Amino acid sequence: MANTATVSTGASNAWAGGKKPFKASYGKLMMWFFLMSDAFTFSSLLVVYGLIRFSSSVPWADPEKVFTHFPIITETFHLHPPLAFVGLMTFILIASSVTMVLAVEAGHRMDRKAVEKYMLWTILGGLAFVSCQAYEWYNFIVGGHPSMREFWDGGLEQWVTGMYQGASLTVNEYCENPDFANLFFFITGFHGSHVFSGVVINFIIYLNVRKGTYDKRGHYEMVEKVGLYWHFVDLVWVFVFTFFYLV
Amino acid sequence: MAQDLTLNHDAELAGAKQRRTIWIVFGILFLITAVEFVIAFTVDRGNTRNIIFIVMTLVKAFYIVGEFMHLKHEVKSLVYTIILPLVFVCWLILALLVEGSWYNGGWMRFLLG
Repeated sequence: MANTATVSTGASNAWAGGKKPFKASYGKLMMWFFLMSDAFTFSSLLVVYGLIRFSSSVPWADPEKVFTHFPIITETFHLHPPLAFVGLMTFILIASSVTMVLAVEAGHRMDRKAVEKYMLWTILGGLAFVSCQAYEWYNFIVGGHPSMREFWDGGLEQWVTGMYQGASLTVNEYCENPDFANLFFFITGFHGSHVFSGVVINFIIYLNVRKGTYDKRGHYEMVEKVGLYWHFVDLVWVFVFTFFYLV
Repeated sequence: MAQDLTLNHDAELAGAKQRRTIWIVFGILFLITAVEFVIAFTVDRGNTRNIIFIVMTLVKAFYIVGEFMHLKHEVKSLVYTIILPLVFVCWLILALLVEGSWYNGGWMRFLLG
């Protein structure tokens, strides 16, 4: 009945309802719009990072000298590979993004066992990433980097004479400008909280998958929606990695 | 019944193709990140290096949004609805970097290396 009505009234009734111009469900569209607003927030943070860095009257910190801790290697062998740990974190997040998209693909085939398996891997990847970030924060706050020690002995007496070690919101050992540490805490913290909420949401969806909720519903679209969120978190990290650690 | 079987078969084929794409994209993302590391330790700091990094980041973003988030395969109007508002971000970048340059000639310092 509804079919015949649409056919007979033609294009003039495009606004009468029942049509999906974007060929996507309401929930998925809203997830896209939410992610867009979130993208604005993150880009504001990163652009402000650029602004403060450009306008800084003192030299900016060199991330290759700041982020040199790697678990076990640093503690046991006293080696300080620059940026290696953050590279591992990037790899973990990309890998968890892959397992997420594999879960979405398995959902299209209604393969519950495969969705469960890949969701679990994604959750594990997310947890691993957040744990790595906790380690990174710990080392950043405690400080006392050997590369910085050379820095202290070598020069910059004018401010290093205080021998401040570590980092807080008001002063840090890496850069005379306290905003360097502020931006580190704010940007990676905001991203980390996104990862954490992503893990929580993924876990809830995982429980639903196990319960068979989506088998009963007839489709796994919820997995697609959380997948969108999870890929977005990965996307943001790609930008944070470039602008905070590489450039 | 026979139709059901062919349908399943088609879905299975499409799934296999999709999984292949996923692993290829993973390879690309992994490779780009690896190259970024090599550049970080071999090329000197400066404008060229920054531009290379930014281009590589945008390529990675294209693959993540296009393939993983499936935006490449959505309806055109949806694609533009998501992409076009990002013009505001470009404007913000330009505005704040120009603004930032008024302090201590930061932007000039960046341009001149």
